[in-house]
Amino acid sequence: MEEQRLINLEHISKEYDGVTVLSDINLYIRKKEFVTLLGPSGCGKTTTLRIIGGFETPDHGRVVFDGQDITALPPYKRRVNTVFQKYALFPHLNVKDNIAFGLKLKKTPKDEIERKVDKMLDLVNLSGYGKRSVDSLSGGQQQRIAIARALVNEPEVLLLDEPLGALDLKLRKEMQLEIKSMQQRLGITFLYVTHDQEEALTMSDTIVVMRGGHILQIGTPKSIYDEPKNAFVADFIGESNIFSGTMVRDELVHFCGADFPCVDGGFGEDKPVDVVIRPEDILLVGEDVGQVTGVVKSVLFKGVHYEMMIDAGHSTWKVHSTTMQPEGSRVGISVVPFNIHIMHPMKEELGK
Amino acid sequence: MNNLQIPAWGIWAMLAGFAAFIGLLVAYFKRNHGLKRPIFASPYTLWIILFTVVPCILIAYYAFTDVNGQFTLDNFKNFWDSNYDARKTMGPELEMYLEMGFTAEDLGLGRGTVNVDTLIYSLWMAFLCTIICLVLGYPTAHIMADREFKLGSTLVILFVIPMWMNFLLRTIAWMSILEDTGLINQVLGWFGLGPVKLMYNSGAVLLGMVYNYLPFMVFPIYNVLNKMDYKLSEAAMDLGCNKWRTFYKVTLPLSLPGVVSGITMVFMPAVTTFFIPRLLGGGSTEMFGDLIERTFLTANNWNVGSALSLLMMVLILLSLGLLRKVDPDGEGGSMI
Repeated sequence: MEEQRLINLEHISKEYDGVTVLSDINLYIRKKEFVTLLGPSGCGKTTTLRIIGGFETPDHGRVVFDGQDITALPPYKRRVNTVFQKYALFPHLNVKDNIAFGLKLKKTPKDEIERKVDKMLDLVNLSGYGKRSVDSLSGGQQQRIAIARALVNEPEVLLLDEPLGALDLKLRKEMQLEIKSMQQRLGITFLYVTHDQEEALTMSDTIVVMRGGHILQIGTPKSIYDEPKNAFVADFIGESNIFSGTMVRDELVHFCGADFPCVDGGFGEDKPVDVVIRPEDILLVGEDVGQVTGVVKSVLFKGVHYEMMIDAGHSTWKVHSTTMQPEGSRVGISVVPFNIHIMHPMKEELGK
Repeated sequence: MNNLQIPAWGIWAMLAGFAAFIGLLVAYFKRNHGLKRPIFASPYTLWIILFTVVPCILIAYYAFTDVNGQFTLDNFKNFWDSNYDARKTMGPELEMYLEMGFTAEDLGLGRGTVNVDTLIYSLWMAFLCTIICLVLGYPTAHIMADREFKLGSTLVILFVIPMWMNFLLRTIAWMSILEDTGLINQVLGWFGLGPVKLMYNSGAVLLGMVYNYLPFMVFPIYNVLNKMDYKLSEAAMDLGCNKWRTFYKVTLPLSLPGVVSGITMVFMPAVTTFFIPRLLGGGSTEMFGDLIERTFLTANNWNVGSALSLLMMVLILLSLGLLRKVDPDGEGGSMI
């Protein structure tokens, strides 16, 4: 495992005017991996990317690239390329010259530049656009050119800073798949920054969830979705119901005025915990057989499923179900033990 | 000193005008479309017609007629042809002026190729001034627009404040610095040096011009650089440019509209400069602006003076046309 690590961030810290942006970040990225830094704005994900790209220097810690300390190396000496958030295409150059920019600097022979640029245009499905001016392209096309301009230099790592942020939903979904398949075909390491959890789940091999300059959790999309480490991750990755409760003993948790059997343990007895339940994991049953009963407050049709808010006295439950219960009807709520996720309360987790 | 008497109603009229102006501004800011109605533009249109369009027509009229109002090209011939006799264009008035004690030189007669020389000298001085302003102004603008230079906005203010003063005052201030008993020579005197002759030469005139016109170079360039997306230079570095290459591959080409604006905005007033040569050059050198002024006021020859002005206008229109070509949105000049 160790020798596969392409990038290693060791104890990276960064402050801006006394505000901590990153504190003690440790992270490694393997070769040919698609890693996503995921978090709300201001969590430090873009700063992390910029430190790897060479646009920022960390206050503490080092960046190791392929066994070499590159912390102080300027961007133009690093074997990484960046796709910028708003593309940053050069407006004074046409599409072809934008893509050829890096190759020309390396004094690549003309016919080779021609060949590589054509190949790149082909890769991003924009063959024949070489002579067009950058301004005449749509957002999606500009995005593809930005990717082509970075990839043509054959970087070992491609850094992408929220590249799809400015595109509409449909185009974004298309591009997600395109970027993912590009990465698999080329076998290049991608480091992707986004605040869109769905994007992260769709594309990544590994997701790094960040918040307030800390890494909260690192894992595969499935493990992060199924086993969120704390309530914040659970809430950020997909929708969740979060209740504070008490761990009565191993495999029994008390919340919302009822005892629920669960599968977690090791929290001790009568300890405060956060309980996370995905809306799609909640079963609506008859009033008499539910663990908790409540009244359907609202029903929203969401396409694939209905979203119902259920008022159960002191708590409100968000439920996703393909069958609809009419507004105002009394229902029973039931959750199977496997779907109840117990976590240490948030504050304790962050304080560490 | 003449005592200028303003009638009482004049004061009230000025106050009312000022209040109306403030009211218009408020209306404009309150409702952005308030000034779009064409009627609001009518005072300005009238103003333009009275004080810009009519004078231009008059200048063209005078330039192509002689004293008797007959069509002629003699005024231009007088400009180009060194020994052309101005007597023709001035007619009987000439004798009158000569009798009044004006010399032939004063009246622009028999001055050889002085007019052409003056034009070439003016173009040369304006060229030097523009080059110096560019060399000084571009780095200044670049520093001012640097994201990491925290004092950039302070520098902008320092550049703007002197522009609030009348340019004559600024030039006279230079006189008291440069003259034989001026600041520099006093300091030199303490060390037993000097006095050095600093004034009344082309160098002093050039200094005055550069000082007065430098902001017109700095601001258009600053404006363009300031608006430029810094991610573009980051992208260039990302793709393999070091700092210098980033500058000449990305920053410089993208700031060219500002440079062209700056060059035009310095060159145009520099060619037509007047008064600075008289104050700092002391009449030892004459520039085209002074020539026009002298032809009108001293030689009292409105026809030749108009011809000279017309030539100047053609020159300026040509450079404006050039500017439009390179910077069609007028982006660079939008700050001034």
